[in-house]
Amino acid sequence: MEENQINQDFKVVIIGGSAGSLNVLMQILPQLPVIKTFAVVIVLHRKSTDDQTLEELIKLKVRSNVKPIEDKVPFLPGFIYIAPSNYHLLFEKNDVLSLDTSEKINYSRPSIDVSFESAAEVYKNRLTGILLSGSNADGTEGLKSVKNEGGTIIIQDPDSAEMPFMPNHAIQNTTPDYVLNIQQILQFILSIDN
Amino acid sequence: MIEDIELETLINEVYEYYGFDFGSYSRASLKRRVNRIYQLDGFTYFEEFLSKVRSDSEYYKRMVDEITVNVTEMFRDPSFYTVIRNQILPLLGTKPFIRLWHAGCSTGEEVYSVAILLKEAGLLHKSLIYATDINTTVLETAKKGIFPLRMMKEYSENYRDSGGKEDFSNYYTANYGIAKFNEELSKKMVFSQHNLVSDTSFNEFDLIFCRNVLIYFDNDLQKRAINLFDESLSVLGFLALGTKETIKYSISQSKYKQVEKEKIWRKIK
Ligand SMILES: C[S@@+](CC[C@H](N)C(=O)[O-])C[C@H]1O[C@@H](n2cnc3c(N)ncnc32)[C@H](O)[C@@H]1O
Repeated sequence: MEENQINQDFKVVIIGGSAGSLNVLMQILPQLPVIKTFAVVIVLHRKSTDDQTLEELIKLKVRSNVKPIEDKVPFLPGFIYIAPSNYHLLFEKNDVLSLDTSEKINYSRPSIDVSFESAAEVYKNRLTGILLSGSNADGTEGLKSVKNEGGTIIIQDPDSAEMPFMPNHAIQNTTPDYVLNIQQILQFILSIDN
Repeated sequence: MIEDIELETLINEVYEYYGFDFGSYSRASLKRRVNRIYQLDGFTYFEEFLSKVRSDSEYYKRMVDEITVNVTEMFRDPSFYTVIRNQILPLLGTKPFIRLWHAGCSTGEEVYSVAILLKEAGLLHKSLIYATDINTTVLETAKKGIFPLRMMKEYSENYRDSGGKEDFSNYYTANYGIAKFNEELSKKMVFSQHNLVSDTSFNEFDLIFCRNVLIYFDNDLQKRAINLFDESLSVLGFLALGTKETIKYSISQSKYKQVEKEKIWRKIK
């Protein structure tokens, strides 16, 4: 496969979440101006039917363009991407997205671990992994990979999470760069373009 | 964990020793799958793994079976099946004989689902369903039509969501944790090995399914597969892909008309 020139300015933020995280996203995403130098990828545990309610909901609330994910769509800065239900979301070296229907991981497809691990390999220190509320252990292993590859890891402060299990589990098993409440997570994302 | 360069070495060696070309498979998924079996089978050195693959053809087969993703379901995406049932089959029903092909059928859940639709449309008796895959192990399962009984609750819900009105359990016999689907359905199926990387067209079809297979291919191989389907489709035949797949980047759009917003295209010339 041909490798494109690496665009060192292209940064990637992946936000993973489960139960109680949609609310957090709804407090963060509408506050973002049009994003420029980075892409936001949202990987949420969701029902396995192919319904578009999450996409529609987010589209209504954000200023940046939401790109629907299909297999091998170009992955570009300036867009928000939402992992579709019933597929794992993977990242190719030439800045395109791939989907995969392999076994559920942590009872989940999409699995946050899978996307963190795959993106970490490609985007290394240009990747930030953010893990939100949830009652599942998904995300922890993936955050470890992000860290190992030189990326930044942020975990929602369990005190601000509806379901503190997932962030707590990650805090206990990784060395987070930041543990932040919802407002602070927003500030962090806002600072990327500045 | 294996390195990128090791993955390329493995791809080259497999091609050299066995003639199978994984060179156009999507790397992100392929690497995950190879790492999975590498760890599952307890390897610590890549060289050790590589020489096992080279020297032991049984192990090579195991590796291929494990790196191809075979996860499937009956009536996966019920709304897709609703469209097949309500819009596509009635159009095909006017033909004296209907030929279908499931490329990458895995263990056959999709094939039995479609056979049920054909039966309910009164078309099964004049249909012939070809079902192919590269993985011969999954084809054996598919031939038997035996699926885990514990899945039947979910499948019967999918079936109902797709517009099915019958008692789903009439289609199988339950026994010791397995559900064996009626031979009336499998009688109309022909299973055989077919490789989308290297094999050619082998018949002409009215409806081709290739769902969740192209996602494992890069753009070039997707193009090859779509062209192979194009050669194998009769004019006014249909090609059905997975919910996140498209023919858009692979073939001239003037030859095909999409059926509403579904991942189903009709060959118009
Ligand atoms: C995820 S399954 C899809 C099953 C079913 N069509 C569905 O959508 O549920 C993918 C299948 O494609 C098969 N496959 C992978 N590479 C192939 C190739 N080169 N030629 C034919 N089949 C292939 C795999 O063995 C696997 O069974």
